[in-house]
Amino acid sequence: MNIYVILKRTFDTEEKIAIENGKISEDGVEFIINPYDEYAVEEAIKLRDDHGGEVTVVTVGEEESDKQLRTALAMGADKAVLIDDEDVEDGDQYSTAKILAAYFEDKEVDIILGGNVAIDGASGQVGPRLAELLDMPHVTTITKLEISDRTATIERDVEGDLEVIETTLPVLVTAQQGLNDPRYPSLPGIMKAKKKPLEELELDDLNLDEDDVEGKTRTLEIFLPPEKQAGKVLEGELDDQVKELVSLLRTEAKVI
Amino acid sequence: MAKKVLVLGEVREGELRNVSYEAIAAAKEISDGGEIVGLLCGESVSGIAENMIHYGADRVLVAENDQLKTYTTDGYNQAVMQVIDQESPEGIVIGHTAMGKDLSPRIAAKLQSGLISDITGIEKVGEQIIYTRPIYSGKAFEKKLITDGLLFVTIRPNNISALEKDESRKGDVAKVDVTIKDIRTIVKEIVRKTTDGVDLSEAKVIVAGGRGVKTKDGFDPLNQLADVLGAAVGASRGACDADYCDYSLQIGQTGKVVTPDLYIACGISGAIQHLAGMSNSKIIVAINKDPEANIFNVADYGIVGDLFDVVPKLTEEFKKVLV
Repeated sequence: MNIYVILKRTFDTEEKIAIENGKISEDGVEFIINPYDEYAVEEAIKLRDDHGGEVTVVTVGEEESDKQLRTALAMGADKAVLIDDEDVEDGDQYSTAKILAAYFEDKEVDIILGGNVAIDGASGQVGPRLAELLDMPHVTTITKLEISDRTATIERDVEGDLEVIETTLPVLVTAQQGLNDPRYPSLPGIMKAKKKPLEELELDDLNLDEDDVEGKTRTLEIFLPPEKQAGKVLEGELDDQVKELVSLLRTEAKVI
Repeated sequence: MAKKVLVLGEVREGELRNVSYEAIAAAKEISDGGEIVGLLCGESVSGIAENMIHYGADRVLVAENDQLKTYTTDGYNQAVMQVIDQESPEGIVIGHTAMGKDLSPRIAAKLQSGLISDITGIEKVGEQIIYTRPIYSGKAFEKKLITDGLLFVTIRPNNISALEKDESRKGDVAKVDVTIKDIRTIVKEIVRKTTDGVDLSEAKVIVAGGRGVKTKDGFDPLNQLADVLGAAVGASRGACDADYCDYSLQIGQTGKVVTPDLYIACGISGAIQHLAGMSNSKIIVAINKDPEANIFNVADYGIVGDLFDVVPKLTEEFKKVLV
């Protein structure tokens, strides 16, 4: 099976956000594979172990994303591809999907896996956009995946309900939490990953011009939400506190 | 300049979802006096089409087809694309729900258009329309504008107020014929796991439990409080990882980001990832044994105490005053 994973480098979930010169500061920030993409990597490795074939992990991003690709290789992926988009002006989800589509144009694909959303930009667009550009069906927020011959039986989370979907390959799926427990890279895995192929591509290599992939949206400003002030911790007998709380919610906060 | 804006309404259990009314209000802002065209897809949905008019749509198109009974990406994609071809709207607004998230990027890709997902605010600066949306799960926000293609957005439930219902508003409701063929993803089964139909992302009140609930049964008092308040029940990652509840309840940086009017956190310590998912709620109540718990730093009101003592009393008190 030709298994592909699209992944993204993101801030660690522990990180606080600071703004410097109108941009999110990356000073001293730890980066990880976007957690939802990590489920996709794990699922891809399991698919390969069950059905044979090869797992290729692909990212569009800055050069430093090679670290996250190496992590995916250490988990067990076979090959990695980094497409450098640093020259793209106002790059957005349109740009990323178009770049990926150009990469996949001449590839034999059985399945593409990705996260259902990235924890930074959180648009959740790139997966379905790519599927459309490749004229492939997609299934989002999946929690279970079984493939037999060319048929995929998939469970997906729909706002808490579960939907069972059947489709045929090739398909693009996006992972939801609960799909699996991603493995940690083992030490031998990390050693092996250093020797696995990591291909670096520029837009030129995909016959794309910067203008072809210029974004359709522009960010004007980034700001932090007003800091929440610690409120009132009630005191006294518990019964009185409860009465006071209910009364405050009704009269002061007016939310009940 | 006045623009025609299409609003794709979403039907659940025979009713329009609240976010669809909010989408009409958002479309009004974007349209600048232009026409608001509602669209409903389904097997039999014309009965509720008028509701869209009452909430501000100028006319409503109804695409009824037995292939549209349940949502499928291909089915809805084809129906919506046929209507877009016919109507040539300059803007599209859809709720940022499971359906909106699944469908909108696909339509945007087909139209080679920009799309701004999950917006929480709209403002006009001169001729420009600027959209606000959370990033890093609400740890920061960004303001964006669309530079090319349709003015296409999905809106986060509970953030843009719907217009007041006006039953005297009149508008045309017309059926539109759509051809649906070749649905590649077949829905075999839908298993309802949500019990009372209060969805986390749209809930006005959320009662959430953390590690402090200690067991699966520990959610019982929370469920009882939620029943009295008509609230949805959520959880922290700690509670999900410990298997006290399903992952679909998880609120946080992984999981759902919610902005209800009232968030009652029970036995939740307040890890930064959880705060990212809920700290933009309007009012936060924290109930925790540990007075040093981080959750008290973002709470408007706090009670230091064991949730198993506090929550049942709170339920009783609400029962008394809400009768």
